[in-house]
Amino acid sequence: MIISRQKNQDELKKSLIGLSKVFLVGCGACATVCKSGGEEEVFQMQEWLATQSVEVTGSVVVDEACHIMRAGRDLRQNRESVDEADGILVLACGSGIQSIAISSEKRVVGGIDSLFLGNVRRIGQYEEKCSLCGECILNETAGICPVTTCAKGLLNGPCGGMADGHCEIDQGIDCAWHLIYERLKNQGRPGVFARPVAPKNWSRKQKPGRLKVER
Amino acid sequence: MSRLQRKLALNEFVITAEIAPPKGVEVAPSIAQAKNLADLADLAAINVTDNQGANMRMSPLAFSGILCQAGIEPILQLTCRDRNRLALQSDLLGASALGIENLLLLSGDHASFGDHPEARSVFDLDSVQLLQTVTGLMQGVDMAGKKLSSPPLFFVGAAVSPEAEPFELMFQKYRKKIDCGAQFFQTQAVFDAKRFAGFMQEASLLKVPVLAGVLLLKSAGMARFLNANIPGVKVPEALVERLDQSNNPLAEGVAIAREMVAVSRDCCQGVHLMTLGHEHLIPEILSV
Repeated sequence: MIISRQKNQDELKKSLIGLSKVFLVGCGACATVCKSGGEEEVFQMQEWLATQSVEVTGSVVVDEACHIMRAGRDLRQNRESVDEADGILVLACGSGIQSIAISSEKRVVGGIDSLFLGNVRRIGQYEEKCSLCGECILNETAGICPVTTCAKGLLNGPCGGMADGHCEIDQGIDCAWHLIYERLKNQGRPGVFARPVAPKNWSRKQKPGRLKVER
Repeated sequence: MSRLQRKLALNEFVITAEIAPPKGVEVAPSIAQAKNLADLADLAAINVTDNQGANMRMSPLAFSGILCQAGIEPILQLTCRDRNRLALQSDLLGASALGIENLLLLSGDHASFGDHPEARSVFDLDSVQLLQTVTGLMQGVDMAGKKLSSPPLFFVGAAVSPEAEPFELMFQKYRKKIDCGAQFFQTQAVFDAKRFAGFMQEASLLKVPVLAGVLLLKSAGMARFLNANIPGVKVPEALVERLDQSNNPLAEGVAIAREMVAVSRDCCQGVHLMTLGHEHLIPEILSV
C-alpha cells in the first residue's frame, strides 16, 4: 500500500492561506491504514481547522481516492457542500489528491505526504520493499530487492560502506547484500553472485507510468 | 602507458597520495599543493577525489586535466553517485582527451553524509558496471553498442575494503571487479595488519596489484570519529588505546602508519597515503 504521513501543522497552515471554507476528503484505503486520512483523521482535522478559523462545509471519506471515477462520484454526491467551499483539503496520497483535482475546478490542498509503496510489518510500522522499478530481479536475488533495500540500489554486491552486515547510512539497517548473500548461501545457490549483473534498463520504468490491460 | 602502470609493471613499490580539488575556482594553491606532494616522495600518481564524502568541490575531471597540464600524473576518481551512464561515458571520453590515463572507479559515499544531503543520488550504474563500461569504451564501443571514432586508453583502478566482514561477500565483489576489467586496486584505509595480510593471501592469487590505504591517525579522538562517521573505516580499539596513552599522539600516528607501510612492503604492491593536511610527514611515514 501507499504509505503516507500528515504534513505538519505549520506547513498545512501555509497551504491553507486564503481559504476560509474547505470541503474535507479522506481515503478509506491506504491513508486509513496509515492513520493519515481515515474517518478518525478527517474528524480530527475538522476540529483543528475550527481552531484555525477555517470552516468545514462538509466531508467525505472516499473508498479509494485513487479511483478517479469514484472520487468524482463522491464529490458530485456532495456537490452543495463542495460548491460552498473555497477549496478542498484532501487527506489522501498524491494519487488521491490528483483524482480530486481532476474531478473539481476548486483549489485542492493536499494534507499528507506520500512516502513509499510499503509492506505492513504491523499497524503503524511500514517498510519499503519494492520501488516499482519496472524490471524485477527478485528471482535472482533470493526474493530480496537490492534496487529498493540497498541505499544505493547497487546490483553487484555491497558497497565499501558495509560494516558487519549493516548499511553505511544507518547501522540499524541490514545491508541488503548481506541478506541476499546469507539467503542464497543457505539455499546453496550462487544466484546473482554467479555473474556480473548488467546495468538496469530504466526505460522499463515508464515515466509517467501507463498501462491499459486489453480485455 | 601511465607512470603508475609502468612502475607496477616493473614491480616497484608504488606510492600514491590524494588531493581534493579546490572549493572554488582558483586552482593555483591546489596545483602548488599537488606539486609539493609529488616532491615529498617519489609518488607514482596523485588521486583526485570526486566530491569526497559527498561534499561539493570542483569537478575532479577538470582538476585532473589541470594537473596533467602541470606535469603531475593524476588518478581520476569517478563515482556513480552524481552521474548517469551518459554523463559517466562522456566524462570518460573527455578525461582521455585531456590526457588523463589513470582511473579509480567507485560507487561513491551516500549523499546523506555530505554537505548536500537533500541531493538525489544517481547510482544509474554501480562500480562493477562502470568497470564494464570503461572496458567497453577502451574496446571502442559505448554502452549502447555504438562505435567510437577513437577509443580511450586507461589504466583502470577499483576500490576494495579488505577488512569488511563477511569476507566472502566482500571478496566476491573483488573478484567481479577483476573480471570486469580492474587493473589495480586501492584499498580503504587498513589498520589490522593480520587481517590485511590474510586478504592479500587470497587476493594475490588473482594477480592484480593492490595498493594498501594507509591513513594517518592524528589522535584518539580522530580515530573514534572515523569509527563513528566514516563508512568502511574501522580503527581497532588497541590502536585507539595506543593513541590515547601517548604523550605525542601525532608521532604515535606516524608510527602506526609506518608499521602499516612495512606490512604493505611485505604483502602488496604499494601504498596509498591519506595524510589529511599533514603531507609533510609523508617522508617520515615512508622511511624504513
